[in-house]
Amino acid sequence: MSGRVRSLIRVEGVVQGVGFRPFVHALASRYGLAGLVGNDGGGVFIEAEGPPSAVAALVEAVRERAPVLAVVERVSVTPVPPTGDGGFRIVPSVAGGPGRALVPPDVATCDDCLAELFDPADRRFRYPFVNCVTCGPRFTIITAVPYDRAVTTMAGFALCAACAREYHDPADRRFHAQPTCCPACGPRLSLRAPDGTSLPGDPLTQAAALVAGGAVVAVKGLGGYHLAADAASEDAVAALRARKRRPDKAFAVMAADLAAARELCEVGEAAAALLTGPARPIVLLPRRAGAPVAPSVAPGGPDLGVLLPYTPLHHLLCHELARPYVLTSGNLADEPIAHDDEDALRRLGGVADAFLCHDRPIHTPADDSVLCVFRGAPVPVRRSRGYAPEAITLPWPFRRPVLACGAEQKSTFCLGQGHRAVLSQHLGDLEGHLAWRAYTGEIGRLRRLLGVEPEVVAYDPHPEYLSTKYALELDGVDLVAVQHHHAHIASCLADNGEPGPVVGVAFDGTGHGPDGTIWGGELLVASLAGYERAGHLERVPLPGGVSAIRQPWRMAAAYAGAAGLAAAGEPADRLAVARRNARLWPAVSALAAAGGPAAPLTSSAGRLFDAVAALLGVRDTVTYEGQAAMGLEHLADPAVRDGYPVTVTGGTGSRLAGERCAAGSPGAAGAGRGAARALAAPVVIRSTDLVRAVVEDLRRGVPTPVIAARFHHGLAEAVVTAAGLVAEAAGIGTVALSGGVFANELLLGGVADGLRAQGLRVLTHRRVPCNDGGISLGQAAVAAASAP
Amino acid sequence: LAHGSGGKATQTLVQAVFLEAFRNPRLAPLEDGATLALGGARTAFTTDAFVVSPLFFPGGDIGDLAVNGTVNDLAMCGARPAYLSAGFILEEGFPVADLRRIAASMAAAAAAAGVEIVTGDTKVVQRGKADGCYVTTAGVGLLERPVELSAARARPGDAVIVSGPIGEHGAAIMLARGDFGIEAPIVSDTAPLHGIVAALLDDLPPGGVRALRDATRGGVATILNEVAVASGVCVVAEEEALPVRPEVTGVCELLGIDPLYVACEGRFVAVVDGQHAQRAVEALRGHPLGAGAAVIGTVRDDPPGLVLLRTAFGGTRIVDLLVGDPLPRIC
Ligand SMILES: [Fe+3]
Ligand SMILES: [Mg+2]
Ligand SMILES: [Zn+2]
Ligand SMILES: [Zn+2]
Repeated sequence: MSGRVRSLIRVEGVVQGVGFRPFVHALASRYGLAGLVGNDGGGVFIEAEGPPSAVAALVEAVRERAPVLAVVERVSVTPVPPTGDGGFRIVPSVAGGPGRALVPPDVATCDDCLAELFDPADRRFRYPFVNCVTCGPRFTIITAVPYDRAVTTMAGFALCAACAREYHDPADRRFHAQPTCCPACGPRLSLRAPDGTSLPGDPLTQAAALVAGGAVVAVKGLGGYHLAADAASEDAVAALRARKRRPDKAFAVMAADLAAARELCEVGEAAAALLTGPARPIVLLPRRAGAPVAPSVAPGGPDLGVLLPYTPLHHLLCHELARPYVLTSGNLADEPIAHDDEDALRRLGGVADAFLCHDRPIHTPADDSVLCVFRGAPVPVRRSRGYAPEAITLPWPFRRPVLACGAEQKSTFCLGQGHRAVLSQHLGDLEGHLAWRAYTGEIGRLRRLLGVEPEVVAYDPHPEYLSTKYALELDGVDLVAVQHHHAHIASCLADNGEPGPVVGVAFDGTGHGPDGTIWGGELLVASLAGYERAGHLERVPLPGGVSAIRQPWRMAAAYAGAAGLAAAGEPADRLAVARRNARLWPAVSALAAAGGPAAPLTSSAGRLFDAVAALLGVRDTVTYEGQAAMGLEHLADPAVRDGYPVTVTGGTGSRLAGERCAAGSPGAAGAGRGAARALAAPVVIRSTDLVRAVVEDLRRGVPTPVIAARFHHGLAEAVVTAAGLVAEAAGIGTVALSGGVFANELLLGGVADGLRAQGLRVLTHRRVPCNDGGISLGQAAVAAASAP
Repeated sequence: LAHGSGGKATQTLVQAVFLEAFRNPRLAPLEDGATLALGGARTAFTTDAFVVSPLFFPGGDIGDLAVNGTVNDLAMCGARPAYLSAGFILEEGFPVADLRRIAASMAAAAAAAGVEIVTGDTKVVQRGKADGCYVTTAGVGLLERPVELSAARARPGDAVIVSGPIGEHGAAIMLARGDFGIEAPIVSDTAPLHGIVAALLDDLPPGGVRALRDATRGGVATILNEVAVASGVCVVAEEEALPVRPEVTGVCELLGIDPLYVACEGRFVAVVDGQHAQRAVEALRGHPLGAGAAVIGTVRDDPPGLVLLRTAFGGTRIVDLLVGDPLPRIC
């Protein structure tokens, strides 16, 4: 026994459901170690006994060579007395343990499983639920930790002898693969009519035949039901749009593989990596001319959202269909995705002609994630399946557990504990009752799963957000109000692991401003602990509040008035947008001119885009957020480089005149404290200059694509100037860009390039969306920095 | 102090301050009025304060509003209004001619409602300490029917009815303020409701009517929330069933306001036994003030305390109490 040591090794992070125990078991055999490995509530525990060098080698391998899906955050080693153990065992999971294990996201089918799926000699040939220790469902089927089959929705399927043999064989890649199964013992497909009755024949081939024949088929996937339709059939896609009540917003298309995706879109290297990676998001890509896709799949612009199969069922459907198919969330309008079988039949009964179901329950619903690629780097648009609930590790700790409630639309919430911030999956617009139910339900579920008992709750001070009302009704917690645009900038800071201070440019649609106006085009000097408002876009009326957001032509009227176009002897009816909206144009113009409660002032950047989009005839009304702005971006002529001149007022002087705010306590000195040297007056970007220039060019007959481009470049340059002024006055060298308007690549590129040309560092989003879907991370980070 | 729109801020204020200070079983239900046994008679007693601006508007003025408001609160208790008091707080320099006009319309409204104004009080405050003229009224009425009406009595399966097109008073006031530079032929719906309430109560079997509320400040949305919370039920309203005159729809659409939140002064919400929904609507339609009566929704058990609106697009939206003035929530 001499020379033998025994160490207790604790591993924390994403170490369950990723093949960690089999990995340790294999290492132990390789190094000839005795001992055991198991899961507990905090992660993985290992006891390894043998020569000191072999134990050290094991620790080293655990640190450095963990399975691809694992995220090892912490490894601690404690010597314990040797026991003289022989052999190495995987022991049953035990509840408890220090800290909490992280729950892994779902993982796309791996190549090994895929090979089996299409191998006629394999016992899992064409079996739609094949998975292994490195792939398959995780987050969506896990009901509790430590992760074990008994606490997944696979608990009801007893392993057959063959599967059990693999499960217990350390040499097998299904060794301790919790959701493993086969045709003899696992879930089965069924095809059902909308009334719930079973349809005859092989469910898979029948479903594929229905789609090929132009029908809409609901398909139960990983995180919920999808609706599938032949992407090349205009009739099928139009029917899907009408039944789903989604008039305009693009549908995603599933292509069989990378080659098939390349027939639809231009796929660069980064996009290919995203498309084929384990998270398998929808990737927004430039559509190829002549791509075999019906016009109404993605009517809004030149891009197409493409995704590759991520479950065996999707692979089989692709194989049967041999053509791309629309695969969109199974819901009506903006409701959450349906994931319960009975609920799906009820809600989608009027949409789908048939239901391809199976009997493996989905415990946690999760929509597909959406990303785009900007200059070779992935940019998240919607962070959900495949990413949630992967933790974002922050360089600073949450001293007390935090719940951040998010905003109102594209909502997510965030739980912070230790160094980890865990964002929920995308939960949608809270005003919808089903989204609200999902939101409150998922907060409870994720709290239990991660063992987070929030002591600090961060929320948006907008009095009417349902997330705000949710926060304010919680008892026994410390509340921290985080201004909307501060949260956006903090989100960008946290995304980049930086505490600030930075100059933050937060451009979005609307957010609650502490001065009683509606913010949305903000220049802040911000750190996590607080902010000062150093500048903003010129304020204009929002005539008719919500109506002005749904009807961009109203912003054209508001801007025309604010730009003095009518007053300067330019009759409004010379504007095409005024003629198109002649019935209400005078009333809305009067409403804007009168100001008052029905026309609050706003510095929103999104509304500026709306105004210009309407002026150029892109859109007068919208059915989803950002629709007009996206149209304007796509209209812009890429060959045009010049921009309209814009006056930027305010700037250096002896004193900062910005409005100071520390999070949670309006009026208290804030973050840029000491950093902001001097601004005589808030920097204001005179956006009416842009509108005047747009109208002038319109009247000269300049083509609208040229005008759209000049508008983008002019605004970008103005933002660069304004941010530069603030940076100089504050003595800050870094600018963070956030808010949904920065999904506009033309603006983002122009602003980022211009700032860098001035020698400034630029932070943009990499892991969470710049839109309101990422805001809960910012709220959590602010709460961590400012909570008592 | 954010206040006045009749939403959550006001509710919280009432609950935190007055309910706490005056705690007693007759106040606790926060109904429109209190029902009291006085010397063997069952009576209803209520009071109301009026601060409308402008004082004169299409369809009425602060005077008939003050009379009808208190008459209606008594009507919502199921009572026959009998006597009213009137209190006036006048700003120094308020024109006597205007006061005469207000008094005359109060007298006319009282006569029309069959009540008498039997006592009152007048105070004059310094210029700038009040906005022209405020009126408070209190009233007593007799409970002649064995009714038990309460926002807490709604139960699953009940039907929710409004007595006529909604939002007219609020829309008329908004336009009369002249803030918006627009005009539309909309007049206040101010009217006494005890007659039409009697028609409803007499037509339905005992217990058939669970709750009555006049939809004043905060509109029908606020009333539905009160019912949902007090009864621990879910109220589901159908957007397409809401009676709204096109002129009101137009103004609301222009201003970006949801008519569900716009005040009425001559409409009420009735929660009735679902079996008698049709009969109730017919009874209401038989009265001149109820021509536009309609079933607008139903009561369910789940989710308790919430009001949902099934929209024309097929979605289901939460209709929450507003905390203050409506602000755009969408980004
Ligand atoms: Fe935002
Ligand atoms: Mg009252
Ligand atoms: Zn696999
Ligand atoms: Zn099996």
